[in-house]
Formats: sequence, structure tokens, C-alpha cells
Amino acid sequence: MSVADFAFYAFAVVAVIAGLLVVTAKNPVHSVLWLILTFLSSAGLFVLLGAEFLAMLLMIVYVGAVAVLFLFVVMMLDIDFAELKAEMTRYFPLAALVGLVILMQLTLLYGAWSTAEGAPGLRQAVTPDLAQVDNARALGLILFDQYFILFQLSGLILLVAMIGAIVLTLRHRTDVKRQNVLQQMWRDPAKAMELKDVKPGQGL
Amino acid sequence: MVEFFTTNYFGMFLLIVGQVLLIVVPLLVALAFLMYADRKIWAAVQMRKGPNVVGPFGLLQSFADFIKYIVKEVVFPAGADRFVFLMAPMVTLVCALTAWAVIPFDDGWVLANINVAILYIFAISSLEVYGVIMGGWASNSKYPFLGSLRSAAQMISYEVSIGLIIIGVIISTGSMNLTAIVNAQRGDYGLLNWYFIPHLPMMFLFLISALAETNRPPFDLPEAESELVAGYQVEYSSTPFLLFMIGELVAVVLMCALISLLFFGGWLSPIPGLPDGIWWMVIKMLGAFFVFSMVKAIVPRYRYDQLMRIGWKVFLPMSLGWVVLVAFLAKFEVLGGFWARWAIGG
Repeated sequence: MSVADFAFYAFAVVAVIAGLLVVTAKNPVHSVLWLILTFLSSAGLFVLLGAEFLAMLLMIVYVGAVAVLFLFVVMMLDIDFAELKAEMTRYFPLAALVGLVILMQLTLLYGAWSTAEGAPGLRQAVTPDLAQVDNARALGLILFDQYFILFQLSGLILLVAMIGAIVLTLRHRTDVKRQNVLQQMWRDPAKAMELKDVKPGQGL
Repeated sequence: MVEFFTTNYFGMFLLIVGQVLLIVVPLLVALAFLMYADRKIWAAVQMRKGPNVVGPFGLLQSFADFIKYIVKEVVFPAGADRFVFLMAPMVTLVCALTAWAVIPFDDGWVLANINVAILYIFAISSLEVYGVIMGGWASNSKYPFLGSLRSAAQMISYEVSIGLIIIGVIISTGSMNLTAIVNAQRGDYGLLNWYFIPHLPMMFLFLISALAETNRPPFDLPEAESELVAGYQVEYSSTPFLLFMIGELVAVVLMCALISLLFFGGWLSPIPGLPDGIWWMVIKMLGAFFVFSMVKAIVPRYRYDQLMRIGWKVFLPMSLGWVVLVAFLAKFEVLGGFWARWAIGG
């Protein structure tokens, strides 16, 4: 068994076990921590595949940002763990059913999957030779040269989603005092404050 | 003998362990003296003497502190999540140390010369926030929890601008490899070729963001002692607390190394004719650390809303605009390729 094989089994086993613990952990904060371990192991698998750029993106985006937000939300929830466990046993049959349906659909899809005649060739044609360029450059060439319009469109969709989220959550309340930062910054100290020389025993 | 280290798995393992020790041991020893230097500089600014009792000039103060920390008892707060409570300082220290794997100290003196080195450091430094969050949550106490929430928001905010600043440097170099980034700053004019001239505004932004990212003063709001006692570290004692301290300081020194690599030419000599070498790298890192210490001593702490405002409303638009500007300047090779060093480095 080579080092790469050993690393693959180590990362794969850790990823699967941590994934199981995400669902079974009693404490939601522990669940998120296991989820982070799953992400890290998957990043390790990406490195073994030679896709180090994707591995780093997975770490930066999912572990560094998304999971922190999860943790943020979960930590601040006030949860009754006993009640949560009772609910879990109540809804387990329904969840199992949903899971089974999804598994069946995926199996059906995989069974009926067929590739068009020229598709692999077309895909091959745009992929830069990985022996020549490292994979960050290869991804860049594909994204910014071959699929430029699609890339721009996906960016636009994200922009719309972002603006939508802001519009949905932004509300102007008139009954609160607001801070005007610029006004604070440009305030003149000479006008705001007056120094007085207080004589002892006299006061102002 | 050489074959044992290049072909045998056990030999290769031993070789890598040796290289790791070669980086970590000098780093940790240097850290003891950096902590001493930090306190001495701080004291000098406030016209105090600072540590001066243990050893000549107090030089052994850090070692005395070290022994004191490890012989004390570890106290667990009631209702603390013991496993996460102990994991938190370890996560902090391990993340801070693993980032050093890709830092080149001289041409070719690097443990792992990977293509995405700068992204790797960015990813690892984004993991450091977990030590703080886990520590704050597992303590089962209000002040640590508030401190950890603050730090989570603060570190994520400043990571965004650090990422964009790094992108500017990557565009100039055309590579994410740190050795390539340093080599791209090589030229006939010594220090005038370094990136701190074409990327001058971003150098200052990076320095300030690095202060916020490592929770150093004036942005040490996660542990603001006047409001939160000591933030996420309140419940920690003994060795776990020591691990937190070392982890934080290693992260600070890492940021010093990054500043010297990205903007000040790493191991390159500032004067044409003098030989390049690791000593330049060390001198630059010490210079950056001196700036960090001086900032700690002379700048008052920011208010939390001011910190967030600077991060999102000032730094983010500025660094985003700079990325667009640098992309333009590099693409059209303005000033004879002043911003485009692809030919030399990448």
C-alpha cells in the first residue's frame, strides 16, 4: 500500500465516520464540528486527486465561511436537547422514507444515464493539458475563456440573489436613533467642547 | 544512506519529521524572545522597565513564564464541554503552526513548495477562528461566549479584505507560489523593485487587516479586558492558556512573514550587490514585528462598531477597487510592466 493509498483510506474513513456523527451527535454544536471535519477530509481527498485548487476553495468557502455561520447560528439557539431527541424519534420514519425515495431516484437516474456520442470528445477539447499547466491556471482558462458568458451569467444570478436578500431583510425604522458616522467624524472639537479654568473652592 | 531517505517510506517520514522540527523548534525558541521583545518595547514606550529580573536583562522571562504555566493545575469550569474545551487551544496552535509548511525562508528553503501556497495559508488562517469560537462556547460562561462571537465576526470580516489584497499581488505575479511571488520582486534596483511600491496602499491595508485578523491591539476586541475581562480566554488556565498564547503569537509572526514575503521581497537583498539570504527574511520579519509591537503600545483600542465599519465599508471597497485597477494596469503593462512581473516570477 503506497502512501497515497493510505492517505486516501484515512481521509475517506474519517469523512464517512464524521458524516455519520453529524447526523447522530446529540448536541447541534458538535454536529457542526463534525461537519467541519467532513469538509476537511473531503479537501484532503481533492488534494489526492490532484485538484489542490478546489481543495483550498473548499476549505476557504465552506470551512472558513459557511461553517462559521452555521456555528454562529447554532451556538446562539436556545435548544432543549431532550425535546429535540424525542422529536427525532417521532419524525424518524418520515425522514427514512424521504431518504429512501431520494436514494431510489438517484439509482434510477444513474441506471438510465447515457452520454451523447461526441460529448466526451467535446469536453476533452476544451480542457487544457494538465501536464502543461497547474490546475488553478487550467480552471481559469476554462472559466474565463471557454465558458466566459456562462461564468458571467452565474455571477449575475448570485448578484440578484444578494440584492434580493438585502431587500428582503432591510427595513427602515423611524423610531430609533441612528448614528451618523460622517457627522461624528467632521465634528469640530473647538465647537463641541469648552475648557474652563475652575478656581479652587469656587466652582463654576 | 541517501537512498534510505529518498526511497524507503520510513526514511521519507523521518526526513519530513526532521524538516518540520527544523522549522518548529527555532520558531518556538524565537517566539520566547519575541514575547520578551514585545513586552520590552511596550514597556519602553510607557517609560517602564519591563521584565528585568529573570536572567540577564530579564532575557529568560518567557522561559520562567513557560514553566509557571505548565506546572499549574488545569481548571475546568462547571458545565464546560470538556472535550471541546481542550480541543480549542490545540486547534489554535496546530493551525498556526501548519501554515508555516509553505513559507519559504530562502530560495528553495521550503517544506512544501505547492502551487497554491498563498491559498493554503489563507485557508489555514481561516481555520484559526475555530479555536476562538470553540473555546468561547465550551467554557459555558457569558464573557467568553460574547468574546468568541465578536472574534468570529471580526476575523471573517477582515479575511475578506486580506483575500482581495492577496489577489492584487497574485495578479501582478501570475502565480500563487510564494517562491515565485518573491522571485517576481527581483530586479536591478534592489528594494525599489519590491511590491511595496506598486502595491503601496494595499501594504498598509494588509498590515491593518493582519492586526485585526490576529486579534492584536488596537483590534483586540475578542479579549477586551475592560469589557469582557479577557474574552474567550477567561476560563482557561495553565497549559491550555499557554497554547492559546503561543498559537496567537505564532499567527502574528506568520503575518510578519507574509508581509515580508508579499510586499518586501522576502529573502532578497535591499541593496543591489549584497547577497540574498535568509538573514534578510529574518530582519524583515523582525521589522514587521516591531511595527506590530509599536502599534500595540501607541494606538488606542477601537470600538466594535468602528472596527466593523472600517472592515466592510472602507477596506472592502478599497481592496476590491484596487483589484480591478491592478488587473487593468497589469493587462496593459502600464509603466513598462511595473504591475506585471509575469516574465520574471510566474
